[in-house]
Amino acid sequence: MTRTFLAKSPSVLIFLLILALFTLGVTLLSEAYGVAFLSTSFIKTLGKTLCLCLAALAMDLIWGYAGILSLGHMAFFAIGGYMVGMWLMYARTEEIVVAALSNETLPATAEEIRNGIAGQIFGVVGASELPPIWIFAHSLPLQLMLVVVLPGLIALVFGWLAFRSRVTGVYLSILTQAMTLALALYLFQNDSGLRGNNGLSGLQNLPGLADVSQDNLSVWFFWASALALGLGYLLVAWIVSGKFGSVIRAIRDDEARVRFLGYSVEGYKLFVFTLTVIIAAIAGALYYPQAGIINPAELAPIASIYLAVWVAIGGRGRLYGAVIGAALVSLLSSWFTGGRAPSINLGIYTINWVDWWLVLLGISFVLVTLFAPKGIGGLFDLAQGLRRPDRKGAPLGPDDGALMEKEARE
Amino acid sequence: MSALLEVSGVSVSFDGFRAINNLSFSIGPAELRAIIGPNGAGKTTFMDIVTGKTKPDAGKVLWGETSVSLLSMSEAQIARTGVGRKFQRPTVFEDQSVTENLIMALKANRSPWAVLGWRAKAADLDRVRALAEEVGLADALPRKAGELSHGQKQWLEIGMLLAQEPRLLLVDEPAAGMTLAEREHTTRLLVDLAKTRAVVVVEHDMEFVRRLNCRVTVLHEGSVLAEGSLDHVTANPEVIDVYLGRG
Ligand SMILES: Nc1ncnc2c1ncn2[C@@H]1O[C@H](COP(=O)(O)OP(=O)(O)OP(=O)(O)O)[C@@H](O)[C@H]1O
Ligand SMILES: [Mg+2]
Repeated sequence: MTRTFLAKSPSVLIFLLILALFTLGVTLLSEAYGVAFLSTSFIKTLGKTLCLCLAALAMDLIWGYAGILSLGHMAFFAIGGYMVGMWLMYARTEEIVVAALSNETLPATAEEIRNGIAGQIFGVVGASELPPIWIFAHSLPLQLMLVVVLPGLIALVFGWLAFRSRVTGVYLSILTQAMTLALALYLFQNDSGLRGNNGLSGLQNLPGLADVSQDNLSVWFFWASALALGLGYLLVAWIVSGKFGSVIRAIRDDEARVRFLGYSVEGYKLFVFTLTVIIAAIAGALYYPQAGIINPAELAPIASIYLAVWVAIGGRGRLYGAVIGAALVSLLSSWFTGGRAPSINLGIYTINWVDWWLVLLGISFVLVTLFAPKGIGGLFDLAQGLRRPDRKGAPLGPDDGALMEKEARE
Repeated sequence: MSALLEVSGVSVSFDGFRAINNLSFSIGPAELRAIIGPNGAGKTTFMDIVTGKTKPDAGKVLWGETSVSLLSMSEAQIARTGVGRKFQRPTVFEDQSVTENLIMALKANRSPWAVLGWRAKAADLDRVRALAEEVGLADALPRKAGELSHGQKQWLEIGMLLAQEPRLLLVDEPAAGMTLAEREHTTRLLVDLAKTRAVVVVEHDMEFVRRLNCRVTVLHEGSVLAEGSLDHVTANPEVIDVYLGRG
């Protein structure tokens, strides 16, 4: 079954091959395992980019294929990051506290250690006790489970409410933005239990691996991100290749008709929404240890809008399009906003890219939407069309059909 | 013989306008019925009610041997219990191939989990080919439905309806956009289908209805004006007045 699936989808094989070569290439150019051509911080940027590509893949599944323009997926990306961040911060702080207490004459009690950790983590927000939501933070497996379970549950409840009331189109987009904003505002509060606007930091240090340098860690995370993207791509490609993919594209095009075929449209939407939310959360869980810090600004509604822009520019409705869009635009974005892009001096005015990048992005988005609705992915069609001209007869458009209907009524 | 579908005393208003007014209708498990009536008589709205798209303000819609109410079911549930519908304008999924359209319609478990793991077996592909053969689209299987002509889309939709294997077929103006030969083919197909299931055909074209050679229900202003053989109803002065008189 799997073999026929891969044989029927050459683009999946090509994608996986390119991803593997890219991973190998980056490894060979890294400081830790290669010729030290790429800096560790750049490796981290590349690893983070792969995570964004995975989130874009999820966005493409729900928007490009199922037609649901969710503008809240980056909130789940951030929640995934928070869940991993809690363990990273807790376990790291525990090491520090235990080390500090070991100088005392009496061995430290569990109570003292816990208080020490709480004080270290929550001193900044004036609290000295671990909030209840940290009960699993000591355990990596439990916290990893939460990466999947918590966003999954929120998505199930939110999606069930929204889809059951048949909220669609722009109203659903607005609802997802409202949800994102509500989550962000909640996390900004100091008593949310996640350190308010300080967020979680020091996430780049892996507990128990103090001896391993960031040079090595960055490559490990890069590998993990590449693996996750590869597996995610396989999964999503497999899903859209079969009847399920057919049904969700049908829902995108005419959901009422799908109902009359006997499919529960709401059930499918809920399924896709929850699945893509979980994929986004996993991507976030891999992203934030590479970023080192997470705070509620990461949940800003605009982040989810960017995700949609990447997918639109890359070409929605095709998986490699989403990946290309996310990679290209997010890398360009960090180049422009990182102050590395040379300013353009126009004499009377200097274009400073840190300020103007967003304008450029906005204009590109409008241009792509107007003139190239297939996005960058459409270029692949052009390339294929040049090699293999379309030999099908002139398609009978809807206009011809309408004429016949008129004739038939006479 | 008990009825497969029993609609009684159904009314529905749109913004105060009574589109269906105390309508009663019933059809047996293997029966062909034509519904005629002038534009705006409520024929399509009647189908909307049976298929769950429109909820009536009053009345009952009962289904099957156990007389379950269709009113509490969703559109998808009603479709799964065995009500298939062909729309007035052909509605197929234009972005997908004829094969994909037919596979989606094939009778099978509709739950997301079951569909996720579903892969076409040889028997399914044979069935798709046989269906395509039956509706004259055997050569068009790999083509996108959007490239088909209006008449071919009608056929594809009929093929999808057959693939669902419904116990009751509601067919809204099947002959629109078809050639004479195609109309004859459609007539034969519908008469044939009605041997094993209930078929309701809405049609404007009197010639077409005559060839169906079945009981006819005349709708007017949302209720039944007359019922009986075509000759019987067309002899009814009221019917002549509201419908044939204008036509
Ligand atoms: N959703 C709706 N909202 C408001 N009015 C409606 C709605 N649906 C139908 N109507 C009205 O109800 C009446 C019956 O419409 P219906 O479409 O059932 O007629 P019909 O018999 O199918 O006509 P035709 O032969 O033109 O297809 C019409 O006057 C129509 O304008
Ligand atoms: Mg109608």
